[in-house]
Amino acid sequence: MTATGIHHQAHDTHRDTHRTIDAVWRIESPRLIAGLARMVRDVGLAEDLAQDALVAALEKWPESGVPRNPGAWLMATAKHRAIDRIRRGKLLERKHAELGREIDLQQETAVANFEASLDDSLGDTIGDDLLRLVFTACHPLLPRDARVALTLRLLGGLTTEEIARAFLVPESTVSQRILRAKKTLAEANVPFEVPRGEELAARLSSVLEVVYLIFNEGYAATAGDDWTRPVLCEDALRLGRILTGLVPKEPEAHGLVALMEIQASRLNARVGPQGEPILLLDQNRGRWDQLLIHRGLAALQRAEALGGAHGFYALQAAIAACHGRARTAEETDWPRIAALYTALAHLTPSPVVELNRAVAVGMAFGPAAGLEIVDTLVDEPSLQAYHHLPTVRGDLLAKLGRLEEAHTEFERAASLTRNVRERDFLLGRAAECIDTK
Amino acid sequence: MRFMMLMIPKGYETAAPGTMPDAGAVAAMMKYNESLQKAGVLLALDGLHPPSMGARVSFEGGKPKVTDGPFAEAKEVLGGYWMIQVKSREEAIEWATRCPAGENEVIEIRQVQEMADFPPDVQEAAAGFAEMQGRSEPLAPADR
Amino acid sequence: MRVMILMKATKDSEAGVFPSEQVLTQMGNFNEELVKAGIMQAGEGLHPSSKGARVRFSGGQQTVLDGPFAETKELLAGFWMWKVKSMEEALDWVKRIPNPDNEDFEVELRPVFEMEDFGAEFTPEARAQEERLRAEMEAKK
Repeated sequence: MTATGIHHQAHDTHRDTHRTIDAVWRIESPRLIAGLARMVRDVGLAEDLAQDALVAALEKWPESGVPRNPGAWLMATAKHRAIDRIRRGKLLERKHAELGREIDLQQETAVANFEASLDDSLGDTIGDDLLRLVFTACHPLLPRDARVALTLRLLGGLTTEEIARAFLVPESTVSQRILRAKKTLAEANVPFEVPRGEELAARLSSVLEVVYLIFNEGYAATAGDDWTRPVLCEDALRLGRILTGLVPKEPEAHGLVALMEIQASRLNARVGPQGEPILLLDQNRGRWDQLLIHRGLAALQRAEALGGAHGFYALQAAIAACHGRARTAEETDWPRIAALYTALAHLTPSPVVELNRAVAVGMAFGPAAGLEIVDTLVDEPSLQAYHHLPTVRGDLLAKLGRLEEAHTEFERAASLTRNVRERDFLLGRAAECIDTK
Repeated sequence: MRFMMLMIPKGYETAAPGTMPDAGAVAAMMKYNESLQKAGVLLALDGLHPPSMGARVSFEGGKPKVTDGPFAEAKEVLGGYWMIQVKSREEAIEWATRCPAGENEVIEIRQVQEMADFPPDVQEAAAGFAEMQGRSEPLAPADR
Repeated sequence: MRVMILMKATKDSEAGVFPSEQVLTQMGNFNEELVKAGIMQAGEGLHPSSKGARVRFSGGQQTVLDGPFAETKELLAGFWMWKVKSMEEALDWVKRIPNPDNEDFEVELRPVFEMEDFGAEFTPEARAQEERLRAEMEAKK
């Protein structure tokens, strides 16, 4: 294939081209890996082949320029590498009956079969392959952090190093997770397909969970020094948006995106000058990203139009939307938020949801009403290590003038959080209770 | 990182009021827009009516002066934009090169200013912290 | 209707000079007012064109040029997207853009294409596709 290079004026150093190749890789690699995975029916092998193509690009493109259709170039190169590997018997190390086990006799057949499968690809759309990759990366067989790592790697185009940095773990840990995940999928012979019928809903739920997990780690970092890590939110949002394009009729995909867009709209307002957290009601709403709020409200509308108003993510998005719509804190529709939490509680009854409902009820109907609900939760085993419980209780007690009890609660809350910024914030609140006495 | 891709269409500076883009160009552009959307990078896009339907306000010596379009001296004008979210300047440029733009059209790529780009004291001023009164009402997780 | 408000570049904005604290504070308040009035749809500042690039399309090729770009007059420094009843309403708000340091600058107002503006040019297929795209891009309040 002849490539018409893109001309870069000024200096075309190798570094510049490398960064451009990185960018092309980020854009093209998910589709590339997905297409290859369908052909060789093994995600790990597909990634290896894709990496082969990347190496070839890094060798050729600095000289020839980036080709006009880089995706097609990479795919063609990867396919050639695949055929090479079959011929040299390397692919036969993998256990796939279709690709042949008897080395000598079946090698040529294997090549012919493989080439035939390449032609089969013409019927399938790229979107289907990407969707298959999504479901495979988020397979329930894999432990959750493996799903996260694999998704970020294969679909997000993040390097192992970037994933490690994002989750504050050593690079080797991430490598191991990804390696083990690929092994698990191969050994269990997990088919490269989109689940059907009843299975689809459960499997989709697993996918959404992975994406939201990534988002939350960026939005309210559970450990470390930073309150937020916005880049992770961006990664999750991109994955979510891609997903709504792949399964446009699934209301919960839109619901999840709606929730993330609206929460992300507050990222600039959540962190103070010293890196300390600023709570929603204290935030400067002029700093809320109106573009993201609009996008979130539109996504929520789509979810509702698809009949998904009472979905797990749609309900949470509707709650976030109540805040997003309120131009000032005073305009917040607390009774609606309380009602939404009631609906959420019906769907997924849980002490955490009940706690959130208590906060909304407290705002809508007074702290005593809120405290009544919270007091039913104090002995909940699952909340004993949950710092939000004493935080909420402390706040309601403080409003009712019961400052000594509030102080105790805030101190307890501070001891329960692993996030440095949050702990300092809670200790500050505890100290306030004593000062006002 | 956010970038604006600013479409500068040739000759748009003299377009009459009510000028519409041609159907073929629109169809090609919509395919491109869809590719941006499917990649999860598109945040916003808009087409602008020609300058003959616009206005300019110049603030010289403090007093605002309004002039209706078109603007004779303008050699190039904005025709539309995309706002995208990508990981690098190179990625933004790569997306721009994939646009089915017309002959001699130009797309300008500009990085959007984000909070993290600024030193802490500027961030503080921009966020208006001096104005804030701290009412401390902690909210449960989903409301933060 | 929606109007895009284009803040034109100045020597300072192109030089990457930060606005004064006073300007930042007043701009913050102005933005808050825009939000409270229900007008504010989007608003961003842009880094100087020295950080940018231009892609020129010609003869099936693309040529990439790094910034900065001459002709500072036509460059942007930032923009807003406002939802207003008329150009007059937009002009009223533009005249209120804070300028505590009495700087010289220029603002361009450009109405934005909406679906209704497209008539026969749009085939039914194109219209449906655009509708899908629009529905995903805009909030109907």
